[in-house]
Formats: sequence, C-alpha cells, structure tokens
Amino acid sequence: MKIYSHPKSLRNVSTHYCPGCGHSLAHRLIAEVIDELGIREKVIAVAPVGCAVIAYDYWDFDCSEAAHGRALAVATGLKRVRPQNIVFTYQGDGDLAAIGTNETIHAANRGENVSVFFINNAVYGMTGGQMAPTTLLNQKTSTSPLGRSAAAQGYPLKISEMLALLPGVKYIERVSLHSPQEIMKTKKAIRQAFVNQIEGVGFSLVEILSPCPTYWGLSARESMAWIKNTMIKEFPLGIIK
Amino acid sequence: MPKITINKDKCKGCLLCVSVCPQRLIVVEDELNLRGIKPVKFKPGGKCVGCAMCAVICPDCCIEVYK
Amino acid sequence: MAKTKILMTGNEAIAKAAIDAGCRFYAGYPITPQNELIAYMANNMEKSAGVFIQAEAEVAAINMVFGASAAGARAMTSSSSPGISLKQEGISYIAGAELPALIVNIVRGGPGLGNIAAAQSDYFQATRSGGHGDYHCIVLAPASVQECYDFTGLAFNLADKYRTPVIILGDGLLGQMMEPIVLAKPQVSSLKSQDKPWALTGCKGRKANVVKSFYLKEGDLEKFNLKLQKKYQQIQLKEERYEELYVNDAKIVLVAYGSMARIAKSAVKALRGRGKKVGLIRPITLWPFPKQVFSKRLTSNEKYLVIEMSYGQMLEDVQLAICGRAKVEFLGRAGGGVPSEEDIMRKVNEML
Repeated sequence: MKIYSHPKSLRNVSTHYCPGCGHSLAHRLIAEVIDELGIREKVIAVAPVGCAVIAYDYWDFDCSEAAHGRALAVATGLKRVRPQNIVFTYQGDGDLAAIGTNETIHAANRGENVSVFFINNAVYGMTGGQMAPTTLLNQKTSTSPLGRSAAAQGYPLKISEMLALLPGVKYIERVSLHSPQEIMKTKKAIRQAFVNQIEGVGFSLVEILSPCPTYWGLSARESMAWIKNTMIKEFPLGIIK
Repeated sequence: MPKITINKDKCKGCLLCVSVCPQRLIVVEDELNLRGIKPVKFKPGGKCVGCAMCAVICPDCCIEVYK
Repeated sequence: MAKTKILMTGNEAIAKAAIDAGCRFYAGYPITPQNELIAYMANNMEKSAGVFIQAEAEVAAINMVFGASAAGARAMTSSSSPGISLKQEGISYIAGAELPALIVNIVRGGPGLGNIAAAQSDYFQATRSGGHGDYHCIVLAPASVQECYDFTGLAFNLADKYRTPVIILGDGLLGQMMEPIVLAKPQVSSLKSQDKPWALTGCKGRKANVVKSFYLKEGDLEKFNLKLQKKYQQIQLKEERYEELYVNDAKIVLVAYGSMARIAKSAVKALRGRGKKVGLIRPITLWPFPKQVFSKRLTSNEKYLVIEMSYGQMLEDVQLAICGRAKVEFLGRAGGGVPSEEDIMRKVNEML
C-alpha cells in the first residue's frame, strides 16, 4: 500500500527551483492539505513576484498572478467577490514584508477571510540574493556584502509579531522546514489556516522558515542546519496568535 | 516489507533524503540522470522501516513509500 | 411615457450608472475632486449586493479591482490625477492579464500635487499606456452629466467585449457640476461564469484557469504582444467615436473634448450667429482617437484650432491625424486656467 506519494493538486512536473529549495516543499505541503480537505475545485491561489512567480505552473487549481507585493489586494478582490471560494496567497519575504507591507497590514487589519503562506528565507532569491527585510544581522547578501548592519540597514523585520497586534488577525504561526518533524508541523499549520477560512474565522498567516541553499552559499543539508541553529534564534517558532 | 521508489530523473541531488534516513539506506548513484547530476538510489538489500522521512523532506516529490 | 429626470453631479452619475450597469465591486481612495463618487459607492454598493472597499492606497485599490475582475465581477476604481499616477502599475497588469475594468479619472491640475481645479493635463497618460509596456486603454471623454451616466455603461460593455481596461477621463468641472439627466437602462452583463470562461471561480468541471501577464518562455511574450496589437487594431477600426457640429462648410474647425468642448460649442454657436463659418469636432473616444473624421473631410483650405485645458496634448493626435495637410493652431490653459468663450472667439477672429 502506498503511504506517501505525489499530491493530486500538484502537477507531475519538475520545478525550476534549485536543489534543496524550500519552495518546492511548501508547494507540496499546500497541495497535500488541499487534497486532504477536498477543496481543490474551490481554491483560488494568488502567486507572488519572486522565485514562486510561476507557482501556477505547478499547482493544478485556479491561480492568479499579482504585481509585486499586491497579492493580498488581489486576494481581497477575489475573496470579496467569491466568498464561497477558498483564497490564499503565497508570498516571499520581499513581496509580503517589503514592497507589499502596506497591502499585508491592511488586509490583515480588515480581517480578510483568506489564508496567507509567507515564505521567509531571509533573502531575495529570484533577483540573485539581495538583502530582504528579514535578512539577519551580519548576514551577507549581494546588497549587504559586509553583512547586514543595524545602523545602516535596520533590523530583521518581524512582520508576524507586528501583525499579531491587530484584532483582525485570527491566527499566526511560525513554522520551519528544517526537518521531517518540522515539515509535518508546517503541514498542520497550513491545514489550520485553511480550516480557519472554511469556518469563516478570518485572517490566518503561516510564516514558513525556508531554506535557500543557493543564496545562503550552503549545501541543502547545511541550510537546514542554519535554520535550526541560527535563523530560529531571530525568528522563534510557535503559535504567535 | 516497506519499500521506497525514487524517480531518479526528477531528483536534483540535494541529498536531504540521505541526511534523514534513520537506516542510512539512501545512497548516491554512480550514473548521471537526465538532469546531468548524480541522483540518489535505494541501497540494494537494505531494510526500509517505512518511516517516510525521506519522502517528507524530498522537495521534489521524487520518493514514494509503500508499506 | 414621460422620462424621469433626476439632478445629480457628474461624479454621482458615474457611480449610479456603474451600479445600474451591474458593477458589483468598487475599491477607491479619497481624493478631490472625485469624492462624491466614492461616497455614492459607500452609500449604495452594498444595497445592491456589491462590495465597497475604501482601500489603504491607490495601489491597493487598483489591485483589488484586478482580483475582483479576475473573479468575474464588473469592477471599477476612481481617482484623480495623482492617484491615477499611482494606479498605473495595476492598470498595466490589468491590460497584460486581459481583464476588463473601469478606471475613472476626474482630472485635476498637475504636475505633482498640483491643485484641485479642473484640467485636461492627463491626456497623454490616459491615451499612451500610462504604465509600462505596449498597451492601450479605451478612453472615453464625457462632456455632460448625461454622458457621465451613459458612457459608464458603455465603458463596462467595451471592457467586457475586448477584455481591456477602460478609462473615463473627466475633470473637476464635470465631476462636480449638477445637471438633470435621464436614466436609460444600461445593458447589464450577467456574471455567469460561462460568459467569462477565463474567470477564476474554482476549477470544478474544467481545467485550472490562470490569470497572468507573465510570459517567460522565449517568443511567448512577443506572440502575446502581437495578439494585443491585433485587438487594438480592431478597437481602432470599430470604436472611434466623435461628435461633429457645423463642420461641412467650416473654414475653421475647433477641436476640443470633455468640459472644454462645451465652451467651444458655445463659441461656435456665437460665431455662427455672426455669420462666421466655424465648426467643431469633439472626440468622444480619445483612444482610439477618431482619426477617420479628420482624414475623410480634409481639404487644404480649412484651418483647425485645438483647444485644451492643457498645454497641448490632444494637439499631437490632431496633428498626427491631419499630417501636415492643413494648418493646426492651439489655444490652451491649465493649472486652473480655462480658455473662455471670449478667448476662443478672439483666437478664431485672428485666424479668419
């Protein structure tokens, strides 16, 4: 008996993601949960601008593009017109927490009944490894070549903690992809965010700490260890709200 | 007996599965796959316990697990 | 049966017409001089089972419209010049994703924060893809409150027909003036998914739909652009609209649109009263610009006078349409200044 296989909501194609990239994992987990909840025919996803820009080539359900940072504005339009559908956004740290901070905060504050999957890998991947709002202090990127300094570039932005202050936000959890156990916890959190939407609870966000071996300059295995030993210190896991 | 199958041409060689197999039953192939990298393979004769950790961590959905 | 007339502002007429035409999604941000429009929507959209959102920003508002339109609804936003500048990103994406949408610009003075007086200084922005990329919006220029009402229904129909953003280009005078209007029943498009098979409704019983403007594979974006250009050629062929007044024997033809055309019309009538052979062409679609009306009647012994509340933007389209075959002069003021009937008559007398 097959106990672990390819989810139906994920097309059986190779992705463009680098070896060991967390996006592939997160895509798969979302597809698995959608299959398990039986909501594939009701889902409308909003893809970001960033490495996951062509997520709609991998997911086998209705998807919209959004301009960089505008996923939650697009999702607001979709969900308000079709409250019977299940609408989620999938956004990276640059998209959600830099250029789209405004859309993120206000969609959360309106308590839009959507699910948000926020991939935090502390770097801009698609454009070649520049500093992200979530880049750690001292982390080297192509635009912080000496390491991020608080004096010049500010601190890693803790958008989940910020959003947790808003009454419109019903659920925020930070999870990680660095081990099979954490991956299963991530899946559980993704499920919770969808269940909240189905039950009409309101705005739910899952922040997923995700490896970017290519722009961290580490192997896939070392990247997982870096999340576990370094990234989690700045971005502690658990239910934030 | 539990077993896994690996889609070797989808494998990108990140080796995360190798790092999590409690029985150390996943090893690197000698031959290149269609992508031009050395994919992983199941060690012939190994005793899989069906924990599915390899499949859970595989970013590219290359592994199926049977029990 | 007597037709009921009601008194309303241009801004309110657009809002009412939108709801009457089946618009069920409005997102906007307050900015003068179009605030009556957003207020009307706040008061009436939900009564019509539609969605009203006061967005956190112009950028968010236009992207909400993107989402609502992708979901199959008739959707719109409105603003005034500085706000429309902010919306350009979203308008480019809407054009690129081939979504129907209505964008209303009640133009004010610029550049920058400018002022809140009526102006026509956004003609270039509206008619020359204001955002990035090779695209066009259909641009309708009403000249009365009645036309504000009528053109809004038309705008939604054109948007749906061509899957393209449509702009209503008004100005502060038109938005805020009150006139009696007759409410004709605008054509209401149904929101059934079979009419918009591309819409995102959930993939039940069909393949998954994707709404996007991204074409990464070599050659694909060029192919898509050629498809867009073909659509624009069709629009250019079929949708040119204009009004003519006394042009047949005119020695001088005035060209003006929107509020400016009202003043030009008064000047034409006054000049005709004095026996002067003056006519008027009023472009109604600014894009597609009604080139044909110029080429079909052109003789070399007439002159044109383009009049705008700007320093010569539509002027370029008139010059392109006439292509050097007749003399084209210009009269314009902006930043709150409006060429008066007397200004126009003086200029015409100089030209005669």
